[in-house]
Amino acid sequence: MALNVWMFYFLATVIAVCSVLTITSRRILRAAFYLLCVLVATAGLYFLFDYQFMAGVQLVLYAGGIVVLIIFSILLTSHISQKFPKPEAIRLITGIVVGVSGFALAMLAILKYAFKATDSAAIRIDMHTIGNQLLGTGKNGYALPFEVISILLLAAMIGAIIIAKKGK
Amino acid sequence: MIEGIPITHVLIVSAFMFFAGICGFIVRRNMITILMSIELILNAVSINMVVFNKYLFPDQLQGHFFALFIVGIAAAEASVAIALIINIYRRLASINVEQVNEMKH
Repeated sequence: MALNVWMFYFLATVIAVCSVLTITSRRILRAAFYLLCVLVATAGLYFLFDYQFMAGVQLVLYAGGIVVLIIFSILLTSHISQKFPKPEAIRLITGIVVGVSGFALAMLAILKYAFKATDSAAIRIDMHTIGNQLLGTGKNGYALPFEVISILLLAAMIGAIIIAKKGK
Repeated sequence: MIEGIPITHVLIVSAFMFFAGICGFIVRRNMITILMSIELILNAVSINMVVFNKYLFPDQLQGHFFALFIVGIAAAEASVAIALIINIYRRLASINVEQVNEMKH
């Protein structure tokens, strides 16, 4: 087997194990650390698929931004040494049943469907193409969603500041 | 596409991550851990988008941009959610979802 195939299965194992640990760990800071492992392994997957820009965004925004935000809010709201109590049996059973049955259903669909790739030649994905398409208005242009998401981010930033500031 | 890695294996990984997130969303009771489960779900979806783009439609960039926008929306959602969580903690001194029911009335 080639090295990149080994790498893929290594990253897949890291993602699977750490995502289970994220939802089962009873110490909240450890859960955040496992989430960080999942996100970094996902960035590794993107590098493996040759999507360098996407991997960079994943590392900077997800692993760098969101996880730091989550860790800060953990430090502001919880005691580090505190352990969660065991979840109630009924809730635990519901969660596991929903998760396992949903996963089985998804497996059925994925394994049965015959995926067919297009015959057109692949384009090279470099920063030039990404920038041109992200701000283009013609065919393959994504200027409108780009502007919409910039307004959304501005609104979210203002909203977060107003919600989190102390009362007058 | 990549030699030796079939698309189904990547989809299995992301489906596993997605349903781990859903399971955590149901089982957990602390708001921040629920937020972490949501991040898992969003991340699984963006892996799917990138893989479909890479394997099935390599002549376009739609999946790539969709994954990019998902990351942006996840950032916006996390910032607003954490602002809400901090505000709730300031008022009620707890972020357990079962004790935060004052807004019901």
